[in-house]
Amino acid sequence: MYRETEILKQPGIGEPDVFGDMVINVGPQHPSTHGVLHLVITLNGETIKKVEPHLGYIHRSIEKMCESLSFRQFIYVTSKMDYLSSHINNHGCCLCVEKGLQIEVPHRAQVIRVLMDELTRLASHQLWWGAAAMDIGALTPFFLAFREREMINDIMEETCGTRLTMNYMVPGGVMVDVHPNFQKRVKEFVAHFKRKIDEYDELLTGNVIFQNRVKGVGYLSKEDAISYGCTGPTARGSGVSCDIRKLYPYEVYNKLQFDEIIETGGDCLARYLVRMKEMRQSLSIVEQLIDNIPEGDVQAKTKAVLKLPKGEYYSRVETARGEFGVYIVSEGGTTPYRIKFRSPGYCNLSALDHMARGGKIGDLVAIMAMIDLVIPDIDR
Amino acid sequence: MTKEELKLKFTELIPTAILDDVGEWLNMTVALNDFLSDAEIIRNNPELSFDYLFCLTCVDWKTHLTMVYHLESTKYRHQLVVKVQLDRNKPEIETVSHIWKTAEFNEREAYEMFGVNFLNHPDLRLLILPDGWEGKYPMRKDFEDPVNMIKL
Repeated sequence: MYRETEILKQPGIGEPDVFGDMVINVGPQHPSTHGVLHLVITLNGETIKKVEPHLGYIHRSIEKMCESLSFRQFIYVTSKMDYLSSHINNHGCCLCVEKGLQIEVPHRAQVIRVLMDELTRLASHQLWWGAAAMDIGALTPFFLAFREREMINDIMEETCGTRLTMNYMVPGGVMVDVHPNFQKRVKEFVAHFKRKIDEYDELLTGNVIFQNRVKGVGYLSKEDAISYGCTGPTARGSGVSCDIRKLYPYEVYNKLQFDEIIETGGDCLARYLVRMKEMRQSLSIVEQLIDNIPEGDVQAKTKAVLKLPKGEYYSRVETARGEFGVYIVSEGGTTPYRIKFRSPGYCNLSALDHMARGGKIGDLVAIMAMIDLVIPDIDR
Repeated sequence: MTKEELKLKFTELIPTAILDDVGEWLNMTVALNDFLSDAEIIRNNPELSFDYLFCLTCVDWKTHLTMVYHLESTKYRHQLVVKVQLDRNKPEIETVSHIWKTAEFNEREAYEMFGVNFLNHPDLRLLILPDGWEGKYPMRKDFEDPVNMIKL
């Protein structure tokens, strides 16, 4: 968090020297931070010398909270971390509990889980596309993105009961079967969005003004991306192969046909292109699965009270922002002894200083937009 | 490298380490004094090249603290879990932020949540917690706060 005295220690502050350093506070309430993120930026003229994030404005100590919740209950809290990929957060936690209890998830539940994951990823990328474009100065995409995202939210509402923090996955499968309309509405959405994604590309991707804002901005090399622990589109834009769905397939991902999108540009445009192409891949996964949902149970039979055997368990899933890890230390009781959530946003944010340093202050917003920050995911 | 091959390799390279292959990945407990040199071997040995630190955390065992480092090699795709035991009354460990840059942020979190003092860390300050939280470590097991309820 930010100390009041710190700002006074910065060189140049308080001296009316136009060539000296200047310290600017962005946030905690700032539209481009997509939440309550506070950045203290040291500038020399317009050039960024240092970006210092101050976190904690939405810290809820979810890890500590989980220590007093049972292995069924803690999964619901995790929806509130990365609220744009809440299904995938739940999924990671369920996988970890299932790993400990060695539960075999029914095939139907696996397919439903993957379908929900990919729909969530699409919704998250749509929101990112709209919000990122708006940060850079194009307002129209925001409305277009929300128009299509609404369709996914409606599908989620029908099956899960909520539109944002779904809490649909439970250890052993999913909570209830999908709504009878599910297949029909997903097919409608896929047919609709397939046309619209071309419109997205026409509107923004090839736009000269947009390209000028993102091309060559916020360069991150492959080595630095790995060293900073960047994952997801942020790292794949720098040429790092890090898609958990491909590297360590879970559920039915190993039976699906899709590509891991890797761009080697390392700049904001590369990260943008990775996400745009990923949307098409997610659409293709949804298309492959929607007609092939097998019959059967949606939940394996589990005990009412879950007790994980003594030991340590770690599961990894790919959210819309990168690798999400769940590390559970169990002492054999009904509650976890220690839980650590490896959130993708936290590590991606740590590279922000490196990416922005030496660039112009105006580019910072573009860099932040292309990392796709979700602050509750960072603060936890 | 598979878990068995890694185990053989580490018995050769770091003979003092205690290896345990019960879990999904190979667990290695190293001595606190050798930690920094061991970390450099793990990162720089061309056959190991653990270049990706994907999870850094601390566990409070009431009698001692344990630092847990989950490592992966993006070249060979093998994983390793490194553990170091710390004295709970005076937890001190060398930083690895110059080896894996992601450690800088994660170590700051461990510092404020568990009170682990990372020696030679470039910028060890509170990151998430507000001013005035020095000396109170919320993620430790004996932490009680009557005002801000954390335990449910």
